[in-house]
Amino acid sequence: MSFPWSKEYKPSHPLMVWFDERLPLPRLIYNAVGGGYEVPRNLNYFWNFGFLAGLCLVIQIVSGVILAMHYGGDTSVAFNSTEHIMRDVNWGWMLRYGHANGAAAFFAVVYLHIFRGFYYGSYKAPREMIWLSGVVIFLLMMATAFMGYVLPWGQMSYWAAQVITGLFSAFPLIGDPLKEWLLGGFAPGNATLNRFFSLHFLLPFVILGVVILHIWSLHIPGSSNPTGVEVKSKSDTVPFYPYYVGKDGWTIGLLMIVYSVFLFYMPNALGDPENYIPANPMQTPAHIVPEWYFWPFYAILRSFTQDLLFFEARLLGVLAMFAAILVWFFLPWLDKSPVRSASYRPLYRKFFWVLVIDVLILGYLGKLPAEQPYVLVSQLATMYYFLHFLVIVPIVSSIERPDPLPFSITESVLGHDGAAKLTKD
Amino acid sequence: MAQEAATGTPLATEDEGVRRRDFINIAAVSAAGVGGVAVIYPLISQMAPSADVLAESSTEIDIAAVQPGQAIKAVFRRQPVFIRNLTPAEVKAATEFEATPDFNKMRDKQTLAERTKEGHANLLITMGICTHLGCVPQGAGAGEVKGEFGGYFCPCHGSHYDTAARIRKGPAPRNLDVPEYAINGTIVKIG
Repeated sequence: MSFPWSKEYKPSHPLMVWFDERLPLPRLIYNAVGGGYEVPRNLNYFWNFGFLAGLCLVIQIVSGVILAMHYGGDTSVAFNSTEHIMRDVNWGWMLRYGHANGAAAFFAVVYLHIFRGFYYGSYKAPREMIWLSGVVIFLLMMATAFMGYVLPWGQMSYWAAQVITGLFSAFPLIGDPLKEWLLGGFAPGNATLNRFFSLHFLLPFVILGVVILHIWSLHIPGSSNPTGVEVKSKSDTVPFYPYYVGKDGWTIGLLMIVYSVFLFYMPNALGDPENYIPANPMQTPAHIVPEWYFWPFYAILRSFTQDLLFFEARLLGVLAMFAAILVWFFLPWLDKSPVRSASYRPLYRKFFWVLVIDVLILGYLGKLPAEQPYVLVSQLATMYYFLHFLVIVPIVSSIERPDPLPFSITESVLGHDGAAKLTKD
Repeated sequence: MAQEAATGTPLATEDEGVRRRDFINIAAVSAAGVGGVAVIYPLISQMAPSADVLAESSTEIDIAAVQPGQAIKAVFRRQPVFIRNLTPAEVKAATEFEATPDFNKMRDKQTLAERTKEGHANLLITMGICTHLGCVPQGAGAGEVKGEFGGYFCPCHGSHYDTAARIRKGPAPRNLDVPEYAINGTIVKIG
């Protein structure tokens, strides 16, 4: 946000003055991620993941555009061109492993970013639009990741396409035509692969566009902070550049260390070996699992085993899986507590951690085969997941007695605030 | 007034009801709407199965070599079809079940006779696609798991099908689909 004390862009070089007068792009950047953007001084490391997610998007777009130069989106060559990238193209192995592990890094970072939002109430007024656009970004990421996974045309690629588009056939009446329309055939085939390639190339740029909206809406009220108390005076903020650019830079180094360990030492640790077998429509792998970042949602999908009234079990599972994410859209209105940060919400804080454990359990179950007792446990975990958002959060927000908030961000950092004394006099 | 003189139509006042301009507005927006739909339709329709995909919609298979107890996997619309020559014991298991009370509780109630052609009660032809999420069930190949009911077993989410390929246990909503087919001697024409 542009506070009264925010610095104005004052280019010193005559060329930049000339440029800024005609197209104020340098000004836009200065005010968005430069010295002109004033940010609360008390942000902790959980505020770094937005920047890191942006970096992951850049890694994915750069590596992806290069991979597309060597890949062939046709069922007759897709698998072999992927192996061609791995074996023959200079540094192709690094680009492909970097892209596959980059997707994992992207999801890891974004999950931490989302749970930061859950803990610190980042979705609350006046920041609802930031939250809503964030959920849209997450949905787009899921669609992009799924279609990208189909492109190598290995066994898991093929059967992922079959199972995920099969979800759409669960809808009554329109289900089967809808599935055939999505696939462009009766089963995944060349038409499917081609359209997935086209959309997999397009969607990251759509994500980029929504990211710009996400940041735009962030800059209206300005960044939130761990206390949830709004900025009051100049002593509450520091400029984004150099303070947070420096801090983000340091965590980029940390992320790159973890990323490089995966990329260079265990590039296949997160992948499924089954995907190194070319797609075979006649043979289903014994155990179909999605990539780790979809496990919690896969567990929710599979936890519905009984028909209910007119709804068949499969459709309920599909609806529940989508609802698990769509419920986030309503979170700003389900959580009515005026206190943002869970640091001052003793009851909500406990339930937050129960939710974290619940999602971890769902994730673990999503990887396991659909057998008892895992099905029963995932049914209970699914029930709790929805209970958290639809029942616990609204009730807690109305009965909870929050802890006293600090007067200001400055007081929470220094223990005292000159401005606080003035109001007491 | 000038405009009156130019167009020959009197200018409407605000409370005078439908004006000439309202008509032009509605006509213009409607024309644009129809044009929009006309453009969007091909853009949506292009994603549906194309002519060459639809052209693969029938397959002929010689089943002379399929002995009782054997099954083959054929390809129909690039998807597996199971052609199974049931043993008398398997036919009996399927028909005897139809006399039990459990039969009425079936999710997708069908008799073996309804799922085969008259005079060929032993010839069970079904799609090899689990009705749950589209995996290929096991049980057609030699040595594959046939599930609790001796028919097919889908490893993805644990659907068990009986010897008439009917869903008996697990999440699948329907029996394995029976495609349209005709038997001519030892030739089966699917589609």
